[in-house]
Amino acid sequence: MSTATIALGVDQPDTGSRASWAVRDALTVTWRYLLGYLRIPEALFFSSVQPIMFVLLFRFVFAGAINIPHLGYVDYMMPGIFVQSVAFGSVATSIGLAEDLQKGLIERFRALPMARSAVLAGRTTADLVRNIWVVVLMTGVGYAVGFRIHTNPLEFLAGCGVLLLFAYALSWGFATIGLSAPNSETAQVMSFPVLFPLTFASSAFVPVKSMPGWLQAWANHQPVSVVVNAARGLMDGHLALFSSESVGAATLHALAWCAVMVVVLVPLAVHRYRRVG
Amino acid sequence: MNAAIEVHQLEKTFSGGSRATGGTKALDGLSFAVEEASVFGLLGPNGAGKTTAIRVLTTTLVPDSGRAAVLGRDVITDAQAVRSSIGLAGQYAAVDENLTGAENLRMVGYLNHLPRNMARRRADDLLEQFHLSDAAKRTLKTYSGGMRRRLDVAAALVARPPVLFLDEPTTGLDPQSRNDLWEVIEGLVGSGTTVLLTTQYLEEADRLAQKIAVVDHGKVIAEGTSAQLKADLGATVLEIELADPIVAGRTAELLKGVATKPPAVIGRSVDIPVDDGARVPMEALRILDQHGVAPTSFSLREPSLDDVFLSLTGRKASTEGENQ
Repeated sequence: MSTATIALGVDQPDTGSRASWAVRDALTVTWRYLLGYLRIPEALFFSSVQPIMFVLLFRFVFAGAINIPHLGYVDYMMPGIFVQSVAFGSVATSIGLAEDLQKGLIERFRALPMARSAVLAGRTTADLVRNIWVVVLMTGVGYAVGFRIHTNPLEFLAGCGVLLLFAYALSWGFATIGLSAPNSETAQVMSFPVLFPLTFASSAFVPVKSMPGWLQAWANHQPVSVVVNAARGLMDGHLALFSSESVGAATLHALAWCAVMVVVLVPLAVHRYRRVG
Repeated sequence: MNAAIEVHQLEKTFSGGSRATGGTKALDGLSFAVEEASVFGLLGPNGAGKTTAIRVLTTTLVPDSGRAAVLGRDVITDAQAVRSSIGLAGQYAAVDENLTGAENLRMVGYLNHLPRNMARRRADDLLEQFHLSDAAKRTLKTYSGGMRRRLDVAAALVARPPVLFLDEPTTGLDPQSRNDLWEVIEGLVGSGTTVLLTTQYLEEADRLAQKIAVVDHGKVIAEGTSAQLKADLGATVLEIELADPIVAGRTAELLKGVATKPPAVIGRSVDIPVDDGARVPMEALRILDQHGVAPTSFSLREPSLDDVFLSLTGRKASTEGENQ
């Protein structure tokens, strides 16, 4: 082809298959975002404070007014607050990508010979890592205000796994929103109309039976309720009080939702990433 | 000619903008070719389509029609191969604020699939070359605008790409940094790199580019070496400043006869392209004296690329569409 290519090709790229590069590129991008989190301690601090405040709010402000038969409210609400907090956490994907787009970083990434999936995979993975931290933190705070695991540690961890997987799948949806928003502030505002009906019109904080009939239809079947039910079964073991499903069935139901979300939301986000700008 | 970059009849219309016109036509049949190991300058005002052209060539934007190739690889059908042989420094300093200078360059190295130790070494070398070694371990939040811009250009060089795209690389740089960057670019071309440079600075294109294409409304309106573009205009420009714009207009009218191209009135001064030699200024002064017009200043100068743009479009390059 050209003499220039030969003369300049001193830095021969590493060899490796496409798939292994896709993973390595995604990890490089994950590393970049996690470093970014550590470099802004204020953001890390305040994004940790918010889930703690939700625990304290529901434990001490609303708990007295909400009567759950046969179960202390703290044990009822904790699985719900776990799911609500990680769902809120996945909005970070939308904000982060909108910011990168605004600053021209996505443009630079798109002109690099890296895997096309790496930016999205890296960003969602970094947000998953942050959500793991949120779950660890909330477990500690929950314990301090009276929450107890009524099953066993393994089932509790399985419950955490299900809700983290749900948040991960959801963050691919927020990725599409972030890549469609004109800036990061708008990305955040655009995410709320999706987030609020999902998290609050669900079984997370109050029994669905207490809602009007038309809302029950939504609240019983939407993914947050399904995931909360699974988490409740795996963490509390009192699922029979609120649902006709067994713990195993509820867990499979939740995993099926996660799978559907991944199958739909990942291609949507990748499609958006390819045509952005 | 061995073309490193070929652009043929590119068209791109962005939806949005005004509905009545059916969007903004950013590229309108843009064509040019860039010889290997040379600097090619795309010169034009904001909104002329320079950045859109760069985006097509760096595979981040698909054109509506036309084709483009880098080192013989099609930018649409062979995009991944193109990405492996190019470097891009954008108009906006596309660097990560939360990372240090060294981390930014290493990340670009990793994503270019350089071996880890080589990415690290390249990062260190480039930081030194761009006088950023002292700031290597500081996050970019502490960098000045000029430092960020230098790091952005350094990031484009990490993988030693044979073809480099620099989209207004010196916008916002101080004269010293600008000069440093010009020297880096000249060094790269000396060692065989092909550079496509967009700029609004006529001086920059004049200094760096072997060939210049003047772009306006998404197409090339003139192309050639800096000397050719100036020669088309006439050898010399007679610059006369008058008391007010009305007298300036009258002066342009009076001196039409001695000009090689129509004179241009800018405020209260007139630029008149003329032939070489002392006869023309004397003739001009005689005409002005005859009609009782007294200039406040009267000078001869080499034509600049500003004059070229003015004579091609009837507008000044630097005052058009400042906020697009």
